[in-house]
Amino acid sequence: MKKNKVLIQNSITYALVIICWILAQLLISTGHMSSLMKGLLVPLCIYVILAVSLTLTVGNLGELSLGHAGFMCVGAFSGAFFTKCMEQAIPSVPVRFLLALLVGAAVAGAFGILIGIPVLRLKGDYLAIVTLAFGEIIKNLINVMYIGKDASGFHFSIKDTMSLGMDETGVVIVKGAQGITGTPKAATFTIGIILVLITLAIVLNLINSRTGRAIMSIRDNRIAAESIGINITKYKLMAFAISAALAGIAGVLYAHNISSLAATPKSFGYNMSIMILVFVVLGGLGNIRGSMIAAVVLTMLPELLRGLNDYRMLIYAIVLIVMMIFNSSPKAIEMRAVFMEKIKKNKKTAKEAA
Amino acid sequence: MSFLSYLINGISLGSIYAIIALGYTMVYGIARMLNFAHGDVIMVGGFVIFTFVSTLGLPPILGILVAVIACTLLGVTIERIAYKPLRGTSSLAVLITAIGVSYLLQNVALLIFGSNARQFTSVVNLPGLKLAGGQLQISSVTIVTIISCIVIMLGLTTFINKTKMGQAMLAVSEDNGAATLMGIDVNKTISVTFAIGSALAAIAGALLCSTYPSLTPYTGSMPGIKAFVAAVFGGIGSIPGALIGGVLLGVIENLSKAYISSQLSDAIVFSVLIIVLLVRPTGILGKKIMEKV
Repeated sequence: MKKNKVLIQNSITYALVIICWILAQLLISTGHMSSLMKGLLVPLCIYVILAVSLTLTVGNLGELSLGHAGFMCVGAFSGAFFTKCMEQAIPSVPVRFLLALLVGAAVAGAFGILIGIPVLRLKGDYLAIVTLAFGEIIKNLINVMYIGKDASGFHFSIKDTMSLGMDETGVVIVKGAQGITGTPKAATFTIGIILVLITLAIVLNLINSRTGRAIMSIRDNRIAAESIGINITKYKLMAFAISAALAGIAGVLYAHNISSLAATPKSFGYNMSIMILVFVVLGGLGNIRGSMIAAVVLTMLPELLRGLNDYRMLIYAIVLIVMMIFNSSPKAIEMRAVFMEKIKKNKKTAKEAA
Repeated sequence: MSFLSYLINGISLGSIYAIIALGYTMVYGIARMLNFAHGDVIMVGGFVIFTFVSTLGLPPILGILVAVIACTLLGVTIERIAYKPLRGTSSLAVLITAIGVSYLLQNVALLIFGSNARQFTSVVNLPGLKLAGGQLQISSVTIVTIISCIVIMLGLTTFINKTKMGQAMLAVSEDNGAATLMGIDVNKTISVTFAIGSALAAIAGALLCSTYPSLTPYTGSMPGIKAFVAAVFGGIGSIPGALIGGVLLGVIENLSKAYISSQLSDAIVFSVLIIVLLVRPTGILGKKIMEKV
């Protein structure tokens, strides 16, 4: 019985994504979609993947992470780096992109483990600030990193392009604050949707498995979970690393959607991490479908309000505050309950009258 | 000699961080929330002073006074409208609301003042200090900043230890429920905490913009985050911790800027934070959290 319910819920989530894809395709083929919206399709997929992956850490593991953009950054740069390096070895762009996705996920996942080992010892707000710090460190390091490639192999420097000391065949791949330029634009909406579906499959299956239940038991009561023999560190690390790897995939998608990839505060700073967190919290903690809807709505909102020009971010901020208060305030919840009861009563009296 | 001047500048920067960190730490200690909008209150303070002093030509001291009043009112209003309805719910909900408030303040400032950087005239116009035959120059802003920080620290410690309101704050931070039972008005105490934190933010804004005289709607956000780091560094919830954390952070940042790499200074600051937290998971002066089964 319970298994069926989970299956139905999961199918609804998958179906929603597929319906969105069909809808978008229909709009494009009938010419009803503006170029602005078309440009927003791949970012939407990226944000949905990020939101779903962060749900795993914040909603299911119960640890507040403010460094999700850092993992995305790692994924983006390792993926783009791979694509650039393999230009000659693998001429086919789709194949390279596919491999880049795997590389990005693997590197981001490895960083997740590397950072997770020390960080997950901390609790609550301390963990939050350390993840924020890691995110900033990653962004900062990439901004001073120079990597070049010539006949004798790779050259690495943290000063400038000159100090790489390459021969004349050398190509600079990572140019410090300018990042990586000239990545092929291989990301399409369809690939994005497929990646969203893969992410969903991974996260949903994980949550509804024995492992997922172990992870959620840590969130609900760490000591109780430990006392029944759940290996806290292992499961925490597992959730953290999977979440990081999925963020890495989103990063690779991001890197292959724009031509020049740079670790600016806007793209990979803590503001970005916070933005992803907003999707997760607004969607309802641990509710994957909710976080997806929140990601789509909040990404579209500033674009839909574009007509209002300067006021759009202001309205965005107000909407965010009002939605949070409406969603979580005890008074608002009570009011909603009273309101719902009234509607129910009205229906009942209407029925009785009939 | 240059080392000494870097050190003194670092202490000055750290003093600003410490003043901002006080706002974070007090609010966290009493309301158990991370007030992400605190950094933007600094920016508002900066713009108020900019408007009154640079545009309207008021004397700086009056400008600071107006800014302190404006920020206090702003802080209390934010608390009433945005945070109070969410009291008692998950801390994440309040965190997101605080982020919303932060966006709101930034965008209101963006609408009024535009995104171009404004040249801020220093509120301190005294001659600087020359020591060791002119080899060591200390600007007046630096001295004023360090002195203000010390005065604020002493004043705040006295306030908390000697007045009824201060004791009420301690009680609320210790145990919210028990404080209510003892007849302490928790709502009022939290409002006063926000008022003090925001007033300090205004002063920090004046000092920050006098040291780095360029003012944009995003001026407050990075110092805000750094001060937050400083608060955690020293042990969040602890007032001497905020001072130690802030000054250490400022010194580390300035020295690494001078001797290692200016681009990597943020990374170094954050690395030190991580190392400290790994050795002492609740910060330098943080209380140990007992775990109950």
